[in-house]
Amino acid sequence: MTAALRFDPIRLPEKCEQLRKEVRAFLAEEIAAGTFDPHKPNREDTDAPEFSRRVGAKGWLGMTWPKKYGGQERSFLERYVVTEEMRVANAPTRRFFVADRQSGPVLLKYAPEHIKMDILPRICRGEICFAIGMSEPNSGSDLFAAKTRATKTDGGYLINGTKIWTSSAHIADYMIAIFRTSQPTKENRRHGLTQFLVKMKQPGIKVNPIGQITGQYEFNEVVFTDFFVPDDHVLGEVDGAWKQATSELAYERSGPERFLETYYVLTELVRAVGPNPDTRSAEGIGRLVAQLHTMRRMSVSVAGMLQAGKEPVVEASIVKDIGTVWEQQLPHRVRDLAAFVEETATNRETLERQLDFAIKTAPKLTIQGGTTEVLRGIIARGLGLR
Amino acid sequence: MAESDNIVVETAEKIFADLADPQTINNDKKNSWQAPLWQALSEAGLPLSWVPDDLGGSGASLADGFALLNAAGRFAVAVPLAETMLAGWLLAQAKIASPDGEMTVLPASPKDRITLDADGSLSGRARGVPFAKAAKHFAVLAHGKDGAVIALVDAGKGRIESGLNVGYDHSDTVTLDKVQPVTLKAAPKGLDQTTLMLMGGVARSLQIAGALESMLDISVRYSNERVAFEKKISKFQAVQHNLARLAGESAAALAAATSAADAIANAKSFDDAVYLEAASAKIRCAEAAEKGGAIAHQVHGAIGFTMEHILHRYSLRALAWRDDFGSESHWAVELGKLVASRGADELWPLVASR
Repeated sequence: MTAALRFDPIRLPEKCEQLRKEVRAFLAEEIAAGTFDPHKPNREDTDAPEFSRRVGAKGWLGMTWPKKYGGQERSFLERYVVTEEMRVANAPTRRFFVADRQSGPVLLKYAPEHIKMDILPRICRGEICFAIGMSEPNSGSDLFAAKTRATKTDGGYLINGTKIWTSSAHIADYMIAIFRTSQPTKENRRHGLTQFLVKMKQPGIKVNPIGQITGQYEFNEVVFTDFFVPDDHVLGEVDGAWKQATSELAYERSGPERFLETYYVLTELVRAVGPNPDTRSAEGIGRLVAQLHTMRRMSVSVAGMLQAGKEPVVEASIVKDIGTVWEQQLPHRVRDLAAFVEETATNRETLERQLDFAIKTAPKLTIQGGTTEVLRGIIARGLGLR
Repeated sequence: MAESDNIVVETAEKIFADLADPQTINNDKKNSWQAPLWQALSEAGLPLSWVPDDLGGSGASLADGFALLNAAGRFAVAVPLAETMLAGWLLAQAKIASPDGEMTVLPASPKDRITLDADGSLSGRARGVPFAKAAKHFAVLAHGKDGAVIALVDAGKGRIESGLNVGYDHSDTVTLDKVQPVTLKAAPKGLDQTTLMLMGGVARSLQIAGALESMLDISVRYSNERVAFEKKISKFQAVQHNLARLAGESAAALAAATSAADAIANAKSFDDAVYLEAASAKIRCAEAAEKGGAIAHQVHGAIGFTMEHILHRYSLRALAWRDDFGSESHWAVELGKLVASRGADELWPLVASR
């Protein structure tokens, strides 16, 4: 028996190629109509509500969910194609991405029926945006140190405390958050946290934008003051959020968004060097493409495992570890290779502007959604080392 | 390619376990294990896996043969199994029957060329030919005025300057000087030296991936045994994170290599997509051999640096295999040129086509 993990060569089924053509045609139309510029990942107008609704109308949100909730009952591999095409085109997915990837599946599993019937179809139509309330000012990677309290009151809970680094909270309609309902026990320090559905944009919630080093305002501080959450908004077991957190990680960590965040600079480098690159440029591009191809094959393989009903948490952690380190280094490698690009390259300015943004983006990639250190801890546990 | 769903792999693993136990063969300074191992592999028909029954082989599928090479990598055996398989495969492409005994292929580097002269003789020099000294025959890919030809050559007709690669296996220079082949036929349409290099490169990629699997296993095992500062070194976070990275490199190598093998096994021709897969596998596996091997040695400390310990059987061979059938630098340049010539907007469609 070997400790090595196998990523079997899963291929996307034939029907995915038709879907891919449809997604590319749709995105080409949106670009032509001026919805977004694929060469500008740093645009300000990333919250594109109308685009979000048009994606929903195509049936590309909640694709894998049951039809009675607005889903399409299609496969994870089909969803994979939509996700990677959107990402590569730099489409403005912020408004629906979290709901589609993460929040919807949590609701499907833990929300009461009437809430599922109310919210899931609206996610599928691209009407609502979700945020995830995990981190707090003194609780980041150490999720179970969260202190924001949910105190039992008549018919629900009163929330007091602060979440932080909450992406999209300023535009979100809902948040799925963990709050402390009991103190941890001696035996289990993870005990006492409960997952809740929170309706945003109400009194008792104050959202304060935080400026990021990219110049954007994507994440926020969210302050709860005696904010009421009704009983039926509890998701899953009271005090038992720790049992629910792990199975979602495989979805969150293995997707194409975990290595394609800065991909645009590679495309632009290939454009800048032209059809007859010198040896140095050719070798650099060749290595980057080989690394990219390998990560994508691993990521598709994990999508295949998910489709087969497995919970490949360790495999997903490997994809995110290798993928995010790669996408973090990519702008710097491209910068190295671009150093001798001809001054006359027509896209030189575009490449420089993109590099400027990608280099500023890079530091967050190995922090968000599970730091490199946390991931390596999970992999080490999978190897039987802890 | 799970380890036990394949009769070819099962047979090979049983033979390796019986006759090529890493510690036993590492202690055997006279290499007396080699002859019995080769005999057992031959009796099981494994070296001619890729040769159809009617040409003297055992007619296994490409997929089964690739899985066998991955298993061979896990044992890092120093016998010309991969080389004889490749030679048999090359000869079979031109419907040339394979003889018994060890074989290897010429050339083994994309830079070397063997030419066919008007009198039907072969000339040229091939460097870094694995196990040429042990081979009884060479399978040769040569260039004539009408295109590529494939030939079976008696090894005794070539001049061999023997050498050793980084892994202490034979890597020799073979010079053919107007050598008359035993058999010579035109290569089928579409098969050229690049095809042979890609095929050889994928074979080496699978072997490297296998060696990395074993390096991960013995490193995890060692870290759970070795005590320092009053605890098992596996309990130190720095060691855990290093081993997590080794697991990642091992997984990446295996994913790249098995994906390329799957691509070739199911391809109608060696098109751009297969080129991407095969070249990427060699590049990524070579990188993993360097990064992963360094971690395996770091975990082992000084004991892993000794000839007595088995680690070097895997780590040095994985490094040596990088050089065969085109190094990662060679393939990176070629892949980079292919990507550039297709143009920036065709890069993603190429990647997504796999």
